[in-house]
Amino acid sequence: MSIIVITILALCAIGVTAAIILFFVAQKFKVYEDPRIDEVEEALPAANCGGCGYPGCRGFAEALVKADNIDNFLCPVGGAPVMSHVGAILGHEVKAAEPTVAVVRCNGTCENRPKTNQYDGAPSCTIAASLYSGETGCQFGCLGLGECVDACNFDAMYMDKETGLPVIIEDKCVSCGACVKACPNNIIELRKKGPKSRRVFVSCVNKDKGAIAKKACDVACIGCGKCVKECPFDAITLENNLAYIDYNKCKLCRKCVIVCPTNAIHELNFPPRKEKPAEKPTTASVKPVAAPKAEVKAEEAPKIEPKANDDTTENK
Amino acid sequence: MLKTFSLGGIHPAENKLSASSAIQVLPIPETVSIPISQHIGAPATPVVKKNDEVKVGQLIAKSSGFVSANIHSSVSGTVFKVDDIMDASGFRKTSIIIKVDGDEWMETIDRSEDLVKEISAGKEEIIKKIAEAGIVGLGGATFPAHVKLSVPPGKTAEVLIINAVECEPYLTSDHRVMLEKGDEVLVGTQILMKALDVDRAIVGIENNKPDAIAHLTKLAGNYKGIEICPLKTQYPQGGEKQLISATIKREIPSGALPIEVGAVVQNVGTALAVYEAVQKNKPLFERVATITGKSLKNPSNWKFRIGTPVKDLIDAAGGLPEDTGKIVGGGPMMGKALTTVDVPLTKGSSGLLLLPREEAVRKESKPCIRCGKCVSVCPMGLEPFLLMVLADKKEYDRLENDAVMDCIECGSCSFTCPANRPLLDYIRLGKGKVGQIMRSRK
Repeated sequence: MSIIVITILALCAIGVTAAIILFFVAQKFKVYEDPRIDEVEEALPAANCGGCGYPGCRGFAEALVKADNIDNFLCPVGGAPVMSHVGAILGHEVKAAEPTVAVVRCNGTCENRPKTNQYDGAPSCTIAASLYSGETGCQFGCLGLGECVDACNFDAMYMDKETGLPVIIEDKCVSCGACVKACPNNIIELRKKGPKSRRVFVSCVNKDKGAIAKKACDVACIGCGKCVKECPFDAITLENNLAYIDYNKCKLCRKCVIVCPTNAIHELNFPPRKEKPAEKPTTASVKPVAAPKAEVKAEEAPKIEPKANDDTTENK
Repeated sequence: MLKTFSLGGIHPAENKLSASSAIQVLPIPETVSIPISQHIGAPATPVVKKNDEVKVGQLIAKSSGFVSANIHSSVSGTVFKVDDIMDASGFRKTSIIIKVDGDEWMETIDRSEDLVKEISAGKEEIIKKIAEAGIVGLGGATFPAHVKLSVPPGKTAEVLIINAVECEPYLTSDHRVMLEKGDEVLVGTQILMKALDVDRAIVGIENNKPDAIAHLTKLAGNYKGIEICPLKTQYPQGGEKQLISATIKREIPSGALPIEVGAVVQNVGTALAVYEAVQKNKPLFERVATITGKSLKNPSNWKFRIGTPVKDLIDAAGGLPEDTGKIVGGGPMMGKALTTVDVPLTKGSSGLLLLPREEAVRKESKPCIRCGKCVSVCPMGLEPFLLMVLADKKEYDRLENDAVMDCIECGSCSFTCPANRPLLDYIRLGKGKVGQIMRSRK
């Protein structure tokens, strides 16, 4: 009997001593962690995609709590609602950030950009890009091996077998930028989503001189500069034989789309243009081919209402 | 028992179809396109412009740094333009395009065929002449030759090794050079010995070229300090580190250069170019290349002017066979497939291989079966199966620890893999990334 009592007492004594030691150790080595970090982390989507540039959502939460001003921070997955929630927790006011979306700036389909050779090496864009300039005459365009699709964590991309180009599903794209990093040719860009997802962009990254670019691809930007002259808002710049539209300056007037001689400038999710009376026969003849994408869409859903067009979410 | 290197290696089918075909001279084309970057290191800077008249051997692009090389015109005529064109590397690069008119050489070049044995130039003068002549390693790596000859302070060269291994299957250009220009090669070797201040040179030749071994052994008696060393046929014996291991049984530490063990390696073609540059004042504007292939009508060896389109060489050898699947610039192991026949032949073009379709296509890659063959054949003692996975998973720290930078890209692993895995493709990718990381750290 006494053995049991002694055992219990001894264990209690050990327990109490250990507890006292632990208490003082815990006091001594206490690490203060801002409780708001947990709160902010809770508010974040927990996708841990790294799209914000920080190592996972907790890393982002820590950075947010530390920052004096969270205007320059954006969770690409959660977007404005999450950021305003975070702002409420941290007591900052948050300006609504413009949502962005990934855009593939190459329209070098098998038809537009004929193959000049066949690649049978390892199926990786990075490897192909390090070996040579690609299966076509264009050394800047999409290599078509789908590394961007592999990089996408949100199932927001797929390779179109017919065109050989990646397609972004706008509804699913959270603009995390993983595909942008994955592409060795820097074809994919995060661009402002725009009102009603309407966007105008140069779907080409070819920096070759016009003649070479055109020879390699029917829809290449040849650097003619017509769009630059046409743009009333100075949104278009021409560098290294390649036009670029600044999405912050672009007012979506679509004048550049009409003047582009190679149809390298694309418009997305706009209602079909009203056919003007043929006062300018030259531009009128260009119009039907002005947006090759619109043609494809037209086959799928001919003459749809403008509203229905807004729902088409695919983006080449 | 013949000597060979200590670790790994393979023995692919030799297919030296053109070994008995004497070197012929390729006609000068109508236009040549001479890329300004035909060597490892900084591209040369063009010193001619449109409409300039040039002569054969005239400097047209100047070396732009220590690791860089001069480029000379290979023809006489008028500069048509300086433009970006597709070259054998698969990328568009700046080239000087010259319209040919006649064949007028610079007066300084000694065009006679007489052998000049007496070496009058001193050590410094030799290195200077080699640098001026734009000589690069003609084995394929195209490393500027004068850089290798400038031994860094604190190191001493003890032995010169002449790489006459030609371990790549199919290629025979070095073989023919030894048979037809044996004396010139050996004088070139003596010039290189003088430049390095060494009294011993070893010429390593694989024993699949018995006639070359016999010929050079006979000639070497007339030259002091040159020994001919027959080697067992084994790929990649032509790699610098492998050749040093085979000939003088010394191992180079990881990341170090051959000079660390007192050796300098130069290709046999380079020795010939050195002879011509120092004794004949002739810059490097022509070289010998093999054109070969099982379906080709006339596998042969040709001396061509640099900048000649690949097409001309193919036509000279009987035209493109119907069943061609790939045109490889270089040998089958380390060569690179060309995307068009319009690319120019350069200083690094040691051969052109036309592979028939059925041999040209890669087989489907299957999962690794852990057989370890790649490990056993790797001449650098690496683990290719692991490096491939690490490169694919972007584990660059581990790649560096596993000595990916030691890979010589010989392709023995991919060649031997029973699952046809693209091992070298991924390793090369990883090597590139790790190299970038290491450079950024400095």
